[in-house]
Amino acid sequence: MSPKTKDGIFKVFAIGCTSFGLLTLVVLISVIVYKGIARINWSFFTNLPSRHPEESGIYTALAGMVSLLVFTLAIALPIGILAGIYLQEYGKRNRLAKIIEINISNLAGVPSVIYGILGLQVFVRWSAMGNSILAAAFTLALLIMPVIIVSTREAIKAVPDSLREAAYGLGSTKWQTIRRVVIPASFGGILTGVILSVSRAIGETAPLIVVGALAYVPFIPEGPMDQFTSLPIQIFNWTSRPQQGFIVNAAAGIIVLLLFTLILNGIAIYFRNRWQKRTLI
Amino acid sequence: MAKENINLSDSAYGVYKLKAKDLNLYYGTKHALKDISINILPNTVTAFIGPSGCGKSTFLRCFNRMNDLIENVKIEGQVLIDDVDIYNNLIDVYEYRKKIGMVFQKPNPFPKSIFENVAFGLRINGENSKAVLEEAVENALKKSALWDEVKDNLHKSAMALSGGQQQRLCIARAIAVKPSVLLMDEPASALDPISTAKIEQLIYELKDQFTIVIVTHNMQQAARVSDKTAFFYMGELIEFDSTDKIFTNPTKDATQNYITGRFG
Amino acid sequence: MVLCSLVSIFTTIGIVLVLSIDTFKFFAEVSLFDFLTDPEWTPLFEDKHFGILSLLSGTLLTTAIAVMVAVPVGITIAVYLNEYASKRFTAVVKPLLEILAAIPTVVYGFFALQFVTPMLQQIIPGLAGFNALSPGLVMGVMIIPYITSLSEDALRAVPKSLREASYGLGANRFQTAFKVIVPAANSGIIVSVILAISRALGETMIVAIAAGQQPKLTLNPLESVETITTYIVQVSMGDVPQDSLEYRTIFAAGITLFIFTFLLNNISFWIRKKYQQRYE
Repeated sequence: MSPKTKDGIFKVFAIGCTSFGLLTLVVLISVIVYKGIARINWSFFTNLPSRHPEESGIYTALAGMVSLLVFTLAIALPIGILAGIYLQEYGKRNRLAKIIEINISNLAGVPSVIYGILGLQVFVRWSAMGNSILAAAFTLALLIMPVIIVSTREAIKAVPDSLREAAYGLGSTKWQTIRRVVIPASFGGILTGVILSVSRAIGETAPLIVVGALAYVPFIPEGPMDQFTSLPIQIFNWTSRPQQGFIVNAAAGIIVLLLFTLILNGIAIYFRNRWQKRTLI
Repeated sequence: MAKENINLSDSAYGVYKLKAKDLNLYYGTKHALKDISINILPNTVTAFIGPSGCGKSTFLRCFNRMNDLIENVKIEGQVLIDDVDIYNNLIDVYEYRKKIGMVFQKPNPFPKSIFENVAFGLRINGENSKAVLEEAVENALKKSALWDEVKDNLHKSAMALSGGQQQRLCIARAIAVKPSVLLMDEPASALDPISTAKIEQLIYELKDQFTIVIVTHNMQQAARVSDKTAFFYMGELIEFDSTDKIFTNPTKDATQNYITGRFG
Repeated sequence: MVLCSLVSIFTTIGIVLVLSIDTFKFFAEVSLFDFLTDPEWTPLFEDKHFGILSLLSGTLLTTAIAVMVAVPVGITIAVYLNEYASKRFTAVVKPLLEILAAIPTVVYGFFALQFVTPMLQQIIPGLAGFNALSPGLVMGVMIIPYITSLSEDALRAVPKSLREASYGLGANRFQTAFKVIVPAANSGIIVSVILAISRALGETMIVAIAAGQQPKLTLNPLESVETITTYIVQVSMGDVPQDSLEYRTIFAAGITLFIFTFLLNNISFWIRKKYQQRYE
């Protein structure tokens, strides 16, 4: 086969592969919209789950998801961002810094179920939080922390040293420089990382199951120690049922979940682009 | 229209090996080469000289269509090799590039063994016979005066060689496929004086088999090595004549100013 | 602030501790030999077997299918975007492919069970309702952007001068891409593959929904299998009393999975560090 032929065949194959990926995406969204769109109406959003699929709604799932998010972010953001700042601005190139770096890289690759097991033992059992939102929030916080730390570090790394030097030249201390110059300059990047981690968190199912999120929660959680459910869990539960009505519900729930996810990702990418343009000095 | 059957090693077509006619090149809106016309004889060494940014490298790269790799480049006019317009779109660019060798300013050997570097051009032509490759590699390395230094280490990585050796390796790699034209873009500017001298000697010896065009910002080098010299300034070809004449008694003022060091 | 940075270390220590403690207790009652060699895994039945092989085979089978789809497709797309495609094409296609990575896995699970399996059943008679093929393929699509993105970064990092040398010698795009650029970027590409494998090994929801919940030691993708991750979720949803042997099976299974992904992640980190300096 002449090199020219190989070149031509590869081009065709590559377009085929690209089309395969994009086509799957299109088919996936189409199938889900087709199966679920009928169920999207006001009652879907305001109903509690029930044994009858037509009356089952995602109200509690949404409430659970929002509460869970709030607590997760409350835990993960301060710790993650501060850790990222510390590692990037103060961390000397010594052994401890290297170990932490390898560590975070590892944690990012740990399967989410393992985080679930960790959360089950440490938060649900040993800390006696029970199958509560708090336990799940701590678990999810640990899960998304590597993402927040890494994106914070990247954002801070991108701030040009010339800005720091200008601040030091005016007599500001290290912490003042960070607070007044570096953080504002890296804000866009940090925000992007936060939004991406939120998008990841709302889609997580497995660790929540392990930590005890229930599938049938006909009430809204009122406090952090309450039991709860979440949208992906509700979807999972409906998917596993044989009745066609629940399949429709699952598809409808997915439409909602996908909307959240895609909007969040879109916002994150928009911010990332805007922020990158600004810091291109 | 059938593709032209190009035979580059036979210049029975006309007297000139390389020609350009009213060549204009644009980078986007920037007019980088202006109405360049030149005729280059076979088996000669031609030097392109001029201050930085005058377009000499850009013009050199027109001869093997390397400018195609840059986006936003527009070309008007003709570039001919053996009287064939190579910007005619029916030409197979890749086949053409095999007949024209190029050596770059910074040595760029592949991160492979010395042997594989030199054999690369042959392999992509479908040549895989061990005997043929070994002979070709040895010949090329001998011609580029590198054989004695590396003959016992052919399978060591090319990245372990010194800068001067790497550049001679790149020359060997280029001539292994037996092109008829050799384009050299400031081949010695990144090297020490001893390696530079070796390369200049090489150019002198290769003249018999190749038509060589060398871009250089080192005027003494141009004077030492070339038969004819072309002086470029701000995208235009100012003067093209025998090297002797350019360096002792140039016609144009601009040329005179450049070679006496008044600018550039 | 120092404490915040140490949280990550505490997390890792926590994971290792939590998994190990109950695994030790598990092995107090079940022999390591049985664990590694028994072909059956039935801790929740009357006749209890504790052989990890069947769960492992489910995990490896689905992962293998995913990788067989994702690696050729992903690398091909990366090479195409890098060497062939115009900037505009890349600017449109890349973000679309990134969307594939952002979709929650429960959605993929639904897709596998409700669309892919029925569709495959029409082409492949004898395909069970729960099988390894369907989630394997869907997982493969999910991890394509992982491979494409990292490989493309690796390809882009190869210096332009090598590309110029290759084209200067008359190589065409295919030859330049596969004889020069890809070999030069091979460490980055390998890292992307390893990370993709690790991702597939740890995937839960797609297989939990579409692969089945009956462990079976098999290499046949048309049958129903259970993965380690599905098992963990299955037990968590059930009524297993805590501190029982059945409960501890989660930890034994979990630590097996953790060891695999931990090894893979470390290898990829090590490769990345070792070859990062190459072009600097």
